[in-house]
Amino acid sequence: MMDTSGPIAHFLGFTALLRRAGFAVAPEQTMAWLAAIDLLGPQEIGDIRRAAHATLAPQPERFAEFDALFDAHFLGAVGTIVESEPSEEEPLRAADESSVGPEPIFGEDTRESGAKATGAERLSARRLAPGEEAETLRRFARALPARVPRRRGYRWRGAHGGPGTDARRMFRDAMRHAGEFIRLRRRKRDQRQRRIVLLIDVSGSMKERTQAHLAFAHALARAADTVEVFTIGTRLTRITRALRLRNREQALATASLLVADWDGGTRIGAALDAFLAIPRFSALARGAAVVVLSDGLERGDPATMADAVARFSRLAWRTVWLTPLAADPGFEPRTAGLAAARPFLDELGNGGSIESICAHVLNLAHVLDRTRERAA
Amino acid sequence: MAVRRTIVGISNPHELEEALRAAYYLADEKVATAAYLALALGKPLLLEGAPGVGKTEAAKAIAGVLGRTLLRLQCYEGIDAAAALYEWNFPRQMLALRQESQGTGAPGQDGHIDIYRDEFLIERPMLACLRRPEETVLLIDEIDRSDHEFEAFLLEFLSDFQISIPERGTIRAYERPVVVLTSNRTRELHEALRRRCVYHWIDYPTPEREMRIIMMRASGVSERAARAVVSAVGRLRREPLAKHPGIAEAVEWAEAATLLNEQGARWPEAFRRSLGVVLKDEDDLIYIAPKIDAILVEAGA
Repeated sequence: MMDTSGPIAHFLGFTALLRRAGFAVAPEQTMAWLAAIDLLGPQEIGDIRRAAHATLAPQPERFAEFDALFDAHFLGAVGTIVESEPSEEEPLRAADESSVGPEPIFGEDTRESGAKATGAERLSARRLAPGEEAETLRRFARALPARVPRRRGYRWRGAHGGPGTDARRMFRDAMRHAGEFIRLRRRKRDQRQRRIVLLIDVSGSMKERTQAHLAFAHALARAADTVEVFTIGTRLTRITRALRLRNREQALATASLLVADWDGGTRIGAALDAFLAIPRFSALARGAAVVVLSDGLERGDPATMADAVARFSRLAWRTVWLTPLAADPGFEPRTAGLAAARPFLDELGNGGSIESICAHVLNLAHVLDRTRERAA
Repeated sequence: MAVRRTIVGISNPHELEEALRAAYYLADEKVATAAYLALALGKPLLLEGAPGVGKTEAAKAIAGVLGRTLLRLQCYEGIDAAAALYEWNFPRQMLALRQESQGTGAPGQDGHIDIYRDEFLIERPMLACLRRPEETVLLIDEIDRSDHEFEAFLLEFLSDFQISIPERGTIRAYERPVVVLTSNRTRELHEALRRRCVYHWIDYPTPEREMRIIMMRASGVSERAARAVVSAVGRLRREPLAKHPGIAEAVEWAEAATLLNEQGARWPEAFRRSLGVVLKDEDDLIYIAPKIDAILVEAGA
């Protein structure tokens, strides 16, 4: 047992402080840090700091904040703490489906429940233009399975003309044929679909398009295996499960119920930050194709938005931003937020029509890896 | 946690720094501390940083200090266990079975041939490191290039230092191997992996340290030229370039410019003509062309 009084308590106090400030510190890291301090002597405070850097492993972007907390805790420095976020704004709320009412009811007679009717009512005011767009979505859903981005899986499976030799299977065959190898068996790596994470801006400036975007999200969620859909505005809301309903009207009604910030203000940076801050969500973006449908008109700090997009680009496989403003051929990202985020995007494309959005998503597999090329 | 205070006679970061310098690697206090802690705590060392800041060099120097062979596993998209761990030598297995069935081969003790013997096993870096932990340092280079599944697989390896081969059973390292991982941070590594390692973020060296590196690595470069290179390279790193010059490029620039100067080129001109050694991207060269004179003047070249 470790003695948890005296200096040890002071060290443990620091890791507790770090956790309160949003640093992920695991118990094994705390133990490694204490062992490191013991190893180093320590001769001076610098030893303890360097040991903390090495074992508690803060993200390089947060070194300054980490050091300020360190100074405050061990040196008693006051007033030097760098806030990671501007504190005048209230933290952005994130909603998962589970936290909002009961689960959507699957089946035909859901309209009879009162809650669903309200959703349908609200939806009726913003009904999807039928006809042409619906046909576009149908064609999109048919084309998607063949063109969705894929990644190589870790397992091998038998395949004609595969690049590898399936030795195990050949030995098994040989046993049946008195030790003779009769056929060369081949194998190849499994293909898995990449997750597509769709982030839909539902703020006031996107009001005209929100319903079409939701309909698109529904078509996408139905056609591909792994899709996650979130709405961003003044809140972050996960609507994936609602969109799994087969009937589009029902799905959109259920999704509309979940979203509490229709046509509100825009805090894209804060919403993206909230997404990344929740490990359950940010794990969804790992290795995924992230598609943002937004005009990028940011009310908050453009730097926050750029930072969040930069973190997305490091986490995701491709980060694509589709803005209706790019429908204009002479489009250049002029808003401060989008201009700052531009270098971290693999593609900034036209989100002006459902047709164009469909085309971009169908071509996700061919989006060049621009940010990584720049970095490597 | 098994802690080894002294490793090959090195019992604190300062001594390790000295030893690394003898191996031609100028480490700062932070790298030396992180490396010493990794060795002493028996944890893998994870080095992150921009390309060209000397991450791989650090691993080589550590292997040199310990007097061990460096086993390098270069990661790439699609890397799998066969490239990292082991593979069965299939043609030889087949041949052995053939010889056996025709009675020309050398049968095993009980008259049967074991096609899963050691001689049919092709060792890859991770298995080699597990089997001879006291003679090797394993370098897992550019892990950010590999797929997520491989990262998860590494995690398993790095926590237990054991692997299982279905035909042979589990192989476990009898002492904790020294493992160095590097990442260019083109993507975020999984938290669990960072947690398991001793972490160090390598930044570009301070001008003074980079100057010492150039003087140590480059031959026949004058102090004036080295200072000019360090200053100019520092400026270039602040420009929005696709590929920022690393330490190796700075050393090469100093050498190349010195060579041109010996052949009669005047000083700022020698730097300008050898710019291709530092910037290796067409767009970067076009971007920097109008500014390069000012940068060289400022650097006192």
